[in-house]
Amino acid sequence: MAAFGPYALPNVRVVGIEAVANRPLCYSYRAPGAPLSSFAVESVVDELAQKLNIDPLELRMKNGSKEGTQMVYGPKLKAVGNLECLKALQNHPINKIKLGPNQGRGVATGFWFNLGGQSSAVVNIAEDGTATIMTGSPDIGGSRASMALMAAEVLGIDYTKVRPIVGDTAAVGFCEITHGSRVTFATGMAIIQAAEDVVRQCRERVAKTWEVGVEDVLWQDGQAVPKPGSAADNQKPQTLAQIAAKAARTGGPLVGSAAINAGGAGPAFGAHICDVEVDPETGHVTVLRYVAAQDAGKAIHPSYVEGQIQGGVTQGIGWALNEEYIYGEDGRLQNPGFLDYRIPVASDLPMIEPIILEIPNPGHPFGVRGVGEVPIVPPLGAIANAVTRATGVRMTDLPLTPPKILAAIDAKK
Amino acid sequence: MARIVFGDEFGRQFAGGQTHFELDVKNVRQLIRVLDEMFPGIGEHLEAGAIAIDNEIIPDPWLNPIQPDSEVFFLPPIRGGETEWLMNFAFYPMR
Repeated sequence: MAAFGPYALPNVRVVGIEAVANRPLCYSYRAPGAPLSSFAVESVVDELAQKLNIDPLELRMKNGSKEGTQMVYGPKLKAVGNLECLKALQNHPINKIKLGPNQGRGVATGFWFNLGGQSSAVVNIAEDGTATIMTGSPDIGGSRASMALMAAEVLGIDYTKVRPIVGDTAAVGFCEITHGSRVTFATGMAIIQAAEDVVRQCRERVAKTWEVGVEDVLWQDGQAVPKPGSAADNQKPQTLAQIAAKAARTGGPLVGSAAINAGGAGPAFGAHICDVEVDPETGHVTVLRYVAAQDAGKAIHPSYVEGQIQGGVTQGIGWALNEEYIYGEDGRLQNPGFLDYRIPVASDLPMIEPIILEIPNPGHPFGVRGVGEVPIVPPLGAIANAVTRATGVRMTDLPLTPPKILAAIDAKK
Repeated sequence: MARIVFGDEFGRQFAGGQTHFELDVKNVRQLIRVLDEMFPGIGEHLEAGAIAIDNEIIPDPWLNPIQPDSEVFFLPPIRGGETEWLMNFAFYPMR
């Protein structure tokens, strides 16, 4: 479902085989299944590029999926940013950097379908016109800030006047767990609708006060304004704070709510390029440079989107280079804790440069598409392709530990 | 009539190998009822999965409308960040 997402393939058939092993079970993770299958596909595409003597980005551009491409799982893509991500990498200065001995450059792309699902939200307006917003989605990637930004946009008030809260189902309606890169998309959509509910109530109350029809009251920049040429034309605009201050006399507190099962999630695409250096004496891999381009649809909070990209890439580099279960001859796991199960730390990595592209998702009022999972998909292929080009040996078995790389180099000799 | 598509493996297991249908139905609930009449027992498997109607994936479909020119793909249960969707996966023939 995910590995072939970046490609327009008129003829494709996928056969999946489940294998049962006496290892820890597969469980929830970022983009489950996609990084592994993508590693295989991206390695094959890299081999094709080498044999055709064509730039690996160009090969992907020629065969990349875009709006209208039929996916292997059935539906056709709506507006997506796969080719735009590749183009961004083609134009990046990293391509002008000349590689030294034992260095290699790798490319890979990634796809994640993303999901919507059930979310609820409440927007409470205080007497001073500030807003408290509540959802049931825990903040694991900066989502409270994104919720506040979207509510502020709809209400037309400053972001600092919105206080986001995460509540449980005793305080707010059900929200599905954080999966499918859904929170900013689906819970954000609930927040938008709850804020629109407040705007609707404000317009209705002002219309009653002005003794005109609600259609004669517009909402602009955080205030109710008369529709030009309507019966309300001579009325003075009313800010949200002014309307809220009179709420007791116009019907009681201003409370907006929404409970939805969000459809319209737009798939996410990412394209990564990296440079590595392999120490031929030890087999150690140093990641010199890493650039990740991703279509966010609309980056509500760009810094947090960058954080998701950098976090996903870091996890992916861990899978590519370090992370594995090591068993003794007695079948016991030898590295059951983080002291021995090596995940990347800051000193292992270069600056991971994110490039955010915004090709709006037509299924969301602001164009949002999920961003959390797709960045873990390409790094396995990108790193392995870079190591392959640095060593001259196709690396097909992850993680690329120093002993494994040394063995591959020795076998080549 | 709406065009309905099953995955190859799903069609083999539950619909005697058929994967493409043209049916006159108004919504997902009616579609599943009609298919269950054609292939008794298939309904519970269809309800467990997701559906894409006109290229939009709907995770929990039931009352969603189906237009006469709609294209409907039945998908396995899908969840991102969870593993439920990894089970019983079947891919589609490109036709």
